[in-house]
Amino acid sequence: MSSTGQTSQVRDSSRRTAPPTTRPAGGRKKNFLLVRRISAFFNSLPQPVAILLVLVTILLFWEGIVRTGAVSAIILPSPFRVAEQVGIVATQLASGGFLAAELWTTVQEILIGFGLACVVGFIMGLWIGQTQFGRKAIMPLFVMLEATPKIAFAPVFIAWFGFGISSKFIMAAFMSLFPIIIGTVAGLAATSEDEIKLFKSMKASAWDVFWKLKLMRALPFIFTGLKIAVVAAVTGAVAAEFIGGGIGFGEQIRVAAARIALDRVFALILVLSLVGALLFSLVALLQRKVTFWDTDSPARRKKKRGSA
Amino acid sequence: MSSLTATAVDVRYKITNVSHTFPGMEVQALKDINLSITSGSFSSLIGPSGCGKSTLLNTMAGLLSPSQGQVTLDDQNVTEPPDEVGIMFQKATLLPWRTAIDNVLLPIELRDGAKAAATFSDKAANLLDTVGLAGFHEAYPRELSGGMAQRVAICRMLITEPEILLLDEPFGALDELTRERMDLELQRIAAGRTATVVLVTHSIPEAVLLSDRVFAMSARPGSISDVIDIDLPRPRSMETLNHPAFGAYVSQVRDALNRGHDYV
Repeated sequence: MSSTGQTSQVRDSSRRTAPPTTRPAGGRKKNFLLVRRISAFFNSLPQPVAILLVLVTILLFWEGIVRTGAVSAIILPSPFRVAEQVGIVATQLASGGFLAAELWTTVQEILIGFGLACVVGFIMGLWIGQTQFGRKAIMPLFVMLEATPKIAFAPVFIAWFGFGISSKFIMAAFMSLFPIIIGTVAGLAATSEDEIKLFKSMKASAWDVFWKLKLMRALPFIFTGLKIAVVAAVTGAVAAEFIGGGIGFGEQIRVAAARIALDRVFALILVLSLVGALLFSLVALLQRKVTFWDTDSPARRKKKRGSA
Repeated sequence: MSSLTATAVDVRYKITNVSHTFPGMEVQALKDINLSITSGSFSSLIGPSGCGKSTLLNTMAGLLSPSQGQVTLDDQNVTEPPDEVGIMFQKATLLPWRTAIDNVLLPIELRDGAKAAATFSDKAANLLDTVGLAGFHEAYPRELSGGMAQRVAICRMLITEPEILLLDEPFGALDELTRERMDLELQRIAAGRTATVVLVTHSIPEAVLLSDRVFAMSARPGSISDVIDIDLPRPRSMETLNHPAFGAYVSQVRDALNRGHDYV
């Protein structure tokens, strides 16, 4: 009797001590709910508003750091001074002033390099994707090359092709080659067994199987490669200009940075990023036109989700 | 006996002692298959997964040459897909970058070129109309339901006017109701062209509903365990499912399949 009373007492005491351990958990739950509510608010913002919010926050933070004087304005110019420089650069570009020719040089390097990479990358991709030899002998070499920091080859290209435009577009091509090869190889493997069997049952020639089936199936993958490649071409051209000098936009950045005119540097970088974004959008637009049927494309998925 | 002598005249497919082993596989996919398919008949190959029914159909389609034995069509050895044969698979496998009508025209385009395909567009349109796709000629495959896509695949098979149809579980991926409707449509099409049809299926009612003759197959190694002739009045319809003999045939086929599985 007494022993049972004791045990019940023990139980009671344990029950009494229990609440203090659960109370913080309840508080955490409340906090968690608040976090969820805040997160839900941010998630509900329309995309343009959300982007603007992030940008304004970054700029405010940036301006705040400059205002406190914690960092020298020479090292980190205020956003307003950068905006001013963006204005100057934009007027120069629009009026065909001293920056326009430099930008055109760099754009030429990017386009020639990208074009070259498209041709070479597609042919290499075909070789690797369509032949046993390519798969066995060429692919491993490309994987090794892909693993090396490609930028390290810039001095090599300058030594080979000189300080003119050619060493720059070769570098741009080199940087953008790999995504195109990988895209083409992956794309050529995307055709299903069923489709091959269907074409065989209709006695299709190897030529038709390639042009009317395998290449069509490969296109979405090739375009994915092209989108990565076109941005890589911008990096390649500008990096080669840093190292090899010349008359391009990258050289302008290097000179401005050497003068510690970082506001100008930021303005020039913004222009380059706009060039990259524009080229990327053009390829993406072309992809939407050419592979309109691709239900797995990100654009279509988004559209589907939106309508659902 | 009399039916044997009568049909011996117009045998189209003759399969003699066909065995097949896939490279690297221990068990024979097909073992000592002997059968003949008569002109204008509707035959089904039925059996569990892995009994080699699709493999057998592929050898008839000229997509696979068997390790042993002989497949002949009209006394010619089948070494490549014969011109008079149309094939259909479980998946519609429409090309997503082509409209329904362009998918139907694909076999013509591959055989005779794009110009010839253009002259067939009226015929393709008519075919699509007859399978109830009148408003969908210019639709892309992503806009079609599974049943509609299979109808397009039927039209693609029929555009070359094949005398022989080889169907590899053509409606296996469709729901039961759609499947029944497609089955009857298939019967109508086959009867309308007096085509010879070989259907691979794992549905017993489907096999009985459509066939003149059912070949029951057993697995490991794939072989024919029984041949059942279905003598139900034609044309068959949903009413046929209620015919007393229908149930009897279904149990007969099921028994045959079970006998083939005695070891399980």
